[in-house]
Amino acid sequence: MSAEVSFDELLADDGRVEPRDPMPEDYRRSLVRQIAQHAHSEIIGMQPEGNWISRAPSLRRKAILMAKVQDEAGHGLYLYAAAETLGVDREDLLDQLHTGRQKYSSIFNYPTLTWADVGAIGWLVDGAAIVNQVPLCRCSYGPYARAMIRVCKEESFHQRQGFEILHTLAHGTPAQKAMAQDAVDRYWWPALMMFGPPDADSPHSAQSMAWGIKRFSNDELRQRFIDMTVPQAEALGLTLPDPELRWNAERGHYDSGPIDFTELFEVIQGNGPCNAQRMGHRVRAHEDGAWVREAASAYAAKQAARAAGEVA
Amino acid sequence: MITPPSSTPFSYVLGLADDALVSAQRMGWWISRAPQLEEDLALANIGLDQLGQARNLLTYAGELEGAGRSEDDLAYLRDDRDFRNVWLVERPQTDFGVAMARLLVFSAWQAELYAALALGEDPTLAAIAGKAVKEVAYHLDHARRWVVRLGDGTEESHARMQVALEAEWPYVEELFGPVDGAVVDPVALRDAVLTTVESVLAEATLVVPQVAPARGGGRRGLHTEDLGYLLAEMQHLHRSHPGATW
Amino acid sequence: MSTRDWPLWEVFVRSRRGLSHVHVGSLHAPDAEMALRNARDVYTRRQEGVSLWVVPSAEIVASEAGQREEFFDPAADKIYRHPTFYEIPEGVEHL
Repeated sequence: MSAEVSFDELLADDGRVEPRDPMPEDYRRSLVRQIAQHAHSEIIGMQPEGNWISRAPSLRRKAILMAKVQDEAGHGLYLYAAAETLGVDREDLLDQLHTGRQKYSSIFNYPTLTWADVGAIGWLVDGAAIVNQVPLCRCSYGPYARAMIRVCKEESFHQRQGFEILHTLAHGTPAQKAMAQDAVDRYWWPALMMFGPPDADSPHSAQSMAWGIKRFSNDELRQRFIDMTVPQAEALGLTLPDPELRWNAERGHYDSGPIDFTELFEVIQGNGPCNAQRMGHRVRAHEDGAWVREAASAYAAKQAARAAGEVA
Repeated sequence: MITPPSSTPFSYVLGLADDALVSAQRMGWWISRAPQLEEDLALANIGLDQLGQARNLLTYAGELEGAGRSEDDLAYLRDDRDFRNVWLVERPQTDFGVAMARLLVFSAWQAELYAALALGEDPTLAAIAGKAVKEVAYHLDHARRWVVRLGDGTEESHARMQVALEAEWPYVEELFGPVDGAVVDPVALRDAVLTTVESVLAEATLVVPQVAPARGGGRRGLHTEDLGYLLAEMQHLHRSHPGATW
Repeated sequence: MSTRDWPLWEVFVRSRRGLSHVHVGSLHAPDAEMALRNARDVYTRRQEGVSLWVVPSAEIVASEAGQREEFFDPAADKIYRHPTFYEIPEGVEHL
């Protein structure tokens, strides 16, 4: 029985693949790429919001934001751990991130210019991420699916706190409301681009669907997000910056205007507002920490040698 | 439950609150900058504990003052001359060795302080300290383990840890300086704190620095220049929108 | 495996007394003491546990996927091990 055949049977029977199961190299490589990219996004995603920890406008908000950015570190950690079950090392994946060989979500290359951006990220960016991630809880690769279950459970507070920030601003002073509207204006289109290119231009989608890594197409998920979000925007009393947005009773969905994907590709190519800054911050943290990681390893080796000496 | 009027001075509680708040503010800087992902989570936990202590203490300080000031009023609307924290916590800490040296001293001191306050006669303060004493025990454990690993790690880490320690040591004495209306006499904590810290340093193969104490004065509202910048950053958004809710 | 990073540890959490420790994920740590503390910070932030185990990932001995059939299929026809295998006359209780 070839590995390929038993893998196909496994997918057909259980729909779940576990670390030691035989799997096609393409499946493995594709998963490593996706999980690593996802993990990188979580840890780079700490920066735009971390940018406001020191300036959060109340101590309650400061505590929430610290806990939230901390969660993102945790999510990155769970995801790297899932990738490591496929025979790669976190250190190698970080190297690939730091040298630009692996990507992270382009959304984090936008700046957080005002406090309302923290709200918009929670509401729109985490909202879009949840729509993307919920189907991944049933993804065919067990460790990834289990990590995503944990992530999704923790993520639900993220979106709510973002919504709450915007709700408070939208019902606050005129300056606060303007701040909220400005943030939504800047984050709406980038959030829609988080679902990736239109189905017709999505190179990896079909194979990922066949492997059970992906369950819904980019456009399906984007539509789901729009349908969810429009009524929430109304509840906030904020406007989404798309004049073509209207309910289509026939389709049972909202129609929306065209997305300018040239913008997305620009950002992916490295020309986003914060690409260099985000990478610089990440690489600096890693390099500045090298002496600490080495010291801990050296101490562990010394202790092991001391213990061995005592036994002998 | 109505708590009886307390004789605990506002300024004393404010000092402890400011220590915790300013320390949490510095700790927050580390989230996304730690040497390893696991440490981002650990430092965030410590920062959150400190921020929680600060909020409880500020709220109580506001009650003691009786002028209707909330935790946010006290955190965001005072200038640096009205802050009462020690110098140890207010200077930048962008080196991991410095952060751990400082946390070792600070948490060893807080551990003794909160343990004493938890047994004190002010029930509110005792309750706040009783919760915090468990938190700082973990902070002390964390700092201790890192100081030992860095001190007894590589040649480079040993040297860097010693330098970090030298940098923090002048600010140790201020913790034991006299404070008006102190519920726990600061000088009474000195031996226990130094015993804890010095035993860690011995295990870490580090030398106790011989340096003159810094001038201090934080408890009287005299600070380093660093605090002004810290507060400018922390307070600017809140102050830019007077009366707004967030 | 690269030696540049700290070793990998598997983390098990007892969510409350009376229940077993359950595998929740993994993390990196230089030694057992730090692994335990990292596990606390990473995996019990929301009161998920009252007790923790950490085990070096390299120490776990696992059955191979290729052995699945010989290991687990032979149990399939021993249906007499399950109570539902037995027919009980109508009306008999507590059995």
